[in-house]
Amino acid sequence: MSTLILLLVTGVGLGGLYFLVASGLSLIYGLMGVLNFAHGSFLTLGAFVGLAAAQAVGAGTWGGLLLGLLVGALTGAVAAALTELGLIRPLYNRHIEQVLVTVGLSLATVALFEGIWGPNPRNITTNAWLSDTTELLGARIPNTAFLNILAAALVLGGIVAFLKHTRYGLIIRAGVENRSMVTALGIDVRKAFTLVFAVGGAAAGLGGVLATQSLNYVSPHMGASLLIFAFIVTVIGGMGSLTGAAVASVVVAVLQQLANSYLNNSGDLIVVLLLAIVLLVRPSGLMGRTA
Amino acid sequence: MNAADSAREGARTRRAAIPAGGLALVLVLGCLPLLALTVPGVLPGYTYEPGTLQLLALCWLTASLALSYHLLFGLAGLMSFGHALYFAAGVYGLAIVLDRTDIPLLPAAALVLVGGIVLAFCVGAISLRVTGISFAMVTLAFAQAGNVLARRDQFGVTGGEEGLTLDTDGVPAGLIGVLNTRNLYWVALAVLVVTYLVVLWVERSRAGHTAAAVRENEVRVRIIGGRPYAVKLVVFVLAATLATLTGMAYLLLQSGASPATSSSDFTLTLLVMVVLGGVGSRWGAVVGAVVYTLLDQRLSALASSEAVAGLPAVLRVPLSEPMFLLGTCFILVVLFLPGGLAGAAQRLAARRRGAVPPGGAPGVAEPVEERITV
Repeated sequence: MSTLILLLVTGVGLGGLYFLVASGLSLIYGLMGVLNFAHGSFLTLGAFVGLAAAQAVGAGTWGGLLLGLLVGALTGAVAAALTELGLIRPLYNRHIEQVLVTVGLSLATVALFEGIWGPNPRNITTNAWLSDTTELLGARIPNTAFLNILAAALVLGGIVAFLKHTRYGLIIRAGVENRSMVTALGIDVRKAFTLVFAVGGAAAGLGGVLATQSLNYVSPHMGASLLIFAFIVTVIGGMGSLTGAAVASVVVAVLQQLANSYLNNSGDLIVVLLLAIVLLVRPSGLMGRTA
Repeated sequence: MNAADSAREGARTRRAAIPAGGLALVLVLGCLPLLALTVPGVLPGYTYEPGTLQLLALCWLTASLALSYHLLFGLAGLMSFGHALYFAAGVYGLAIVLDRTDIPLLPAAALVLVGGIVLAFCVGAISLRVTGISFAMVTLAFAQAGNVLARRDQFGVTGGEEGLTLDTDGVPAGLIGVLNTRNLYWVALAVLVVTYLVVLWVERSRAGHTAAAVRENEVRVRIIGGRPYAVKLVVFVLAATLATLTGMAYLLLQSGASPATSSSDFTLTLLVMVVLGGVGSRWGAVVGAVVYTLLDQRLSALASSEAVAGLPAVLRVPLSEPMFLLGTCFILVVLFLPGGLAGAAQRLAARRRGAVPPGGAPGVAEPVEERITV
């Protein structure tokens, strides 16, 4: 029983990480039709820069962690906004080329990170409380799981509030529904594009710093490995649906944890199997609009 | 080679000049191991040396793989991020069959080819239920599952991170050892020629025309009574089969299987090659793959050279990462050179002739945005 609770809570924690990456992917795809392959690089960059900032203040302190999270999110946002302005904007409405540019960017940046920080994972110092566990219903749960859940819930709440209660949120929601109509009404959607990229990048950068706390290391390849699961989450949840991404990330991560524990470490395969089943039954995903 | 010969015959009757030129080129390339040519800065040595032959054979196999990807992406407009799966199926499949059984090379290869076709059919049938970007992600997920299987080695057959070495018991003696590199070179060249002819044949078949029509406008094909799903599945399975064939030759050339052949990055490099050469162009895919392989090789040599090690960090770090330079190159091509190398060559030729070519001849790329819609 305690193992089951442990797996469920850590699963939701992992789902929080997936959601931080997938929310940006899903929003960007929903509004612009761009599959952003470079999203993993925003995450990795956010993690490296955020940790460097944390170390400057003091690795392992609360202040350091908070500053790291803030700097990580900011780095992700800036990197994403620059990518949108410099590489995506010249290719508007040419979706294949946009994907290709982000593919090139992801290949180039991962190599660059390897050159700067070395190809191997680096161990990091974590906060004393974060490396500890808390007892919940008889299960000893790593505290990072709670931090991930809290961060993902805050980001989800923040994005939803932003979309519901601000003018730009309204434009973005309208743009996801029908972009040509928004343009026809004389609203410049391009600012919304940059904004969505920045929001997605911030969530990814935040996710990067959080992932290093759970993994206890930082590596140039951590973005790519999380990105693949974020892709799966986005397809299962329905491309462009934020709630879909939230639900799917929890389902995928919990299933993965359970399978890793009970079914001979086969979590990754089970997830792909789930993807295949969802596609056979509902090709548009759990919450995707039926075409 | 009967099918290949008849395909060559068919092609000859349509356009006499190009097959003659292609045949001459293949003959010249086939004679390279017997000659002492070199291109300083591009090839590591003379063409009869095993090291150079190994690199050239790798170029031909990469070109063959890029051609099979061209069939998917350039012809049918299917952007797959999981093409490496079928290549790895060839590499690992043959390695495992040779390792675990006493079946000789050719029957083993036939067995693996059938396995590859079945795998491609199952995965293709599922992933083609979605289109466009979702299709790309789903193929990526399946390839990733294959990659995980190969790396984790749960069933104790793939050798995990170490990979497998080729068990040479069932392989003819002429294909083993450094001294026989020239035989492997000819095998690689033959694989490339077979792939090229199959791709040519598919492109000129009814299915190929329908696939191109589906790429342009799937709804219209369905309205006039075509079956887009079936056609896409056929092209998907054919491309995967060619990739499996190439994978088996790759195993013989490298005498081992490594999990890197199944990684998603490997598929991405294929995409880079095809786009670099020019989407929609057969020759573009071949040229893109050869240029990419040679660049990768030479840039790696540059990265470990002393000239780079002496530079300040700002220049040394980017220059010592071949993938960074290739990735940047790729971004620049996408932004500023639509149609890739083939498109640039075509524009150059058109400018020399002083006229715009009518409608784009088959096998020559037009700017990408006009040809591919998702």
